[in-house]
Amino acid sequence: MPHPRTLFEKLWDDHVVCEPAGTPALLYIDLHLVHEVTSPQAFDGLRAAGRGVRRPDLTVATADHNVPTTDRSLPISDAIAAKQIEALRRNCREFGIKFYDIHSAEQGIVHVIGPELGLTQPGMTIVCGDSHTSTHGAFGALAFGIGTSEVEHVLATQCLQQMRPRTMQIRARGSLPAGVGAKDLALGIIGQIGTDGATGHVIEYAGEAVQTLSMEGRMTLCNMSIEAGARAGMIAPDDVTFAYLKGRRFAPHNTDDHAAWDEAVAYWRTLAGDREAKFDQVVEIDAGALAPSVTWGTSPGQVVPVTGHVPDPAKAATEADRRAAEQALKYMNLAPGTRVEDISISRVFIGSCTNARIEDLQAAARIVKGYKINQTVHAMVVPGSQAVKRQAEAEGLDRIFRDAGFEWREAGCSMCLGMNPDILQPGERCASTSNRNFEGRQGRGGRTHLVSPMMAAAAAIAGHFIDIRDWDYR
Amino acid sequence: MKAFRTHTGLVAPLDQSNIDTDQIIPKQFLKRIERTGFGEFLFYDWRRGADDKPDRDFVLNQPRYKRASVLVTGRNFGCGSSREHAPWALADYGFCAIIAASFADIFANNCIKNGIVPVVLPEAEVQELIKRAKELPGYSVTVDLESRTVKDDGGFSASFPFDDFHRYCLLEGLDDIALSLQQEAAITAYESRRPQWRMTHQASFQK
Ligand code: SF4
Repeated sequence: MPHPRTLFEKLWDDHVVCEPAGTPALLYIDLHLVHEVTSPQAFDGLRAAGRGVRRPDLTVATADHNVPTTDRSLPISDAIAAKQIEALRRNCREFGIKFYDIHSAEQGIVHVIGPELGLTQPGMTIVCGDSHTSTHGAFGALAFGIGTSEVEHVLATQCLQQMRPRTMQIRARGSLPAGVGAKDLALGIIGQIGTDGATGHVIEYAGEAVQTLSMEGRMTLCNMSIEAGARAGMIAPDDVTFAYLKGRRFAPHNTDDHAAWDEAVAYWRTLAGDREAKFDQVVEIDAGALAPSVTWGTSPGQVVPVTGHVPDPAKAATEADRRAAEQALKYMNLAPGTRVEDISISRVFIGSCTNARIEDLQAAARIVKGYKINQTVHAMVVPGSQAVKRQAEAEGLDRIFRDAGFEWREAGCSMCLGMNPDILQPGERCASTSNRNFEGRQGRGGRTHLVSPMMAAAAAIAGHFIDIRDWDYR
Repeated sequence: MKAFRTHTGLVAPLDQSNIDTDQIIPKQFLKRIERTGFGEFLFYDWRRGADDKPDRDFVLNQPRYKRASVLVTGRNFGCGSSREHAPWALADYGFCAIIAASFADIFANNCIKNGIVPVVLPEAEVQELIKRAKELPGYSVTVDLESRTVKDDGGFSASFPFDDFHRYCLLEGLDDIALSLQQEAAITAYESRRPQWRMTHQASFQK
């Protein structure tokens, strides 16, 4: 009998092209996603070496990181951003790669459009020059971020030299309480294991709290794997996965002469890890004990429940943690012991590849409905893709947000990293649904608190953090 | 990739853990489409105070560390974004090796691709190096990839792990794409084994 294997091990074994003695495995890549910021130097490298793109048909590009989220019929005011997008346009044309340009109906954040178009499928290897590629692992794909040199490598060879990572299982026991979602689960895990807790590992998420998540919730969870240092995060594909994929544009379809969908599903069902499979490390988390989370510092692991207080650095476990906490509090301008619900915010950002899918906007809109945002707050909603935007508009969510005083924008990364004009001013404090609260991430001197979409929406209305479990829905 | 055998250079101590790539090179410099010229933007926000003037306390602004080429720093260095602009900026500034108790995966990989050696040493030894770099003017170390050791003139000596393959690539300055292309036959054979229903974007797109 073959030895029992984890989901990761099955995918790994399936994609090893060869393993010449003394070198790492050469891993085949099924889908390569490309965006404007990490690719120009890779295409230049190809040209300099006189190399081509081996599989343009397995490569898909879009512009998301620095695109404006305001009226797209106007020229891009940032000349350098415009130049970078133009470079991608030219590179895609020259090498025959499909490019979802900024005016296309499919444009959006690369990790939102991949799943939405059905490009992301179970059992695949997926890479992109972006660390949040881990998002696609929600489908039972092995998906990870790479640097620009590796982007060039994949363009030229459709392969990557890879050292085999270690495996980690994270078992979420119990079920998530009402008002506590995938984002809180992700932050809870990072709070528990630390921002380097999974370094060198591929995480497989399991347990009831994970299995009962929707596909979009699973994407949020896998998205944040990188914030725990993981190479990738993944979840075994099941009926939820197949139901999400069925009928999507690039998913397999049954035809008269080939039952491609049936064949694919039959294969996908074999991917779940074997029961006896062993992991290098197993972590348990009590999902039932989680609460809506708010980060207080400048690292996603610096997180407490909304009912909690800003911790006292003096009580940190190690000297390094104490210094990190002190520096974070100085940057965040917060005093130890402050009640989280007493922290006022002036900006709200609902967006990013973590939390800008339709369910995120639906959840936020349920909170917002019938309310106006606090006068002191400037809030915006940036849908993850044009498709999300269209669906939200068809459901009337844009009206709910606009009536409350939110700005309703075009799709892109926007204030998740502030490469376009959407940034925080120095000293501004923001409730953000994105994934990184690093110093200056959303703008120099800006202070970011990571929260779920519902928590961000409620903060916009209250003007400070508030426990959505007590929310008075209208 | 750029070759690396051994390097002796001035050590700059940056005693902080979890330094992310957003700090190493802030996003406003990611719009450049070249690989070069990022050095002047290294740790841009930290090098300037709130008033936009150079912050004289920041380690790289101190005259004594001006020509540093070895960085010693806290654990989980390079976490966050996969931007290769971070090692480009470090290399362009003049850093050849970085010593820390641990590195984020993608960052360490990106360093190797750019001829920077990420040296992992136990926390206590990292702290010892930081101490010496702070106390001894002109303190420098030798990072020797061939013997996988870090040494100074004052008796410090430590060996570090480095996998054979990447060590070989760095020592020889190998082009890893060329190396993979030597497996052309195996890649083609693999492609012929892939199931038909596997997505090919363009074929479906043109339908
Ligand atoms: S939304 Fe943020 S995290 Fe996601 S791809 Fe864009 S910049 Fe990266």
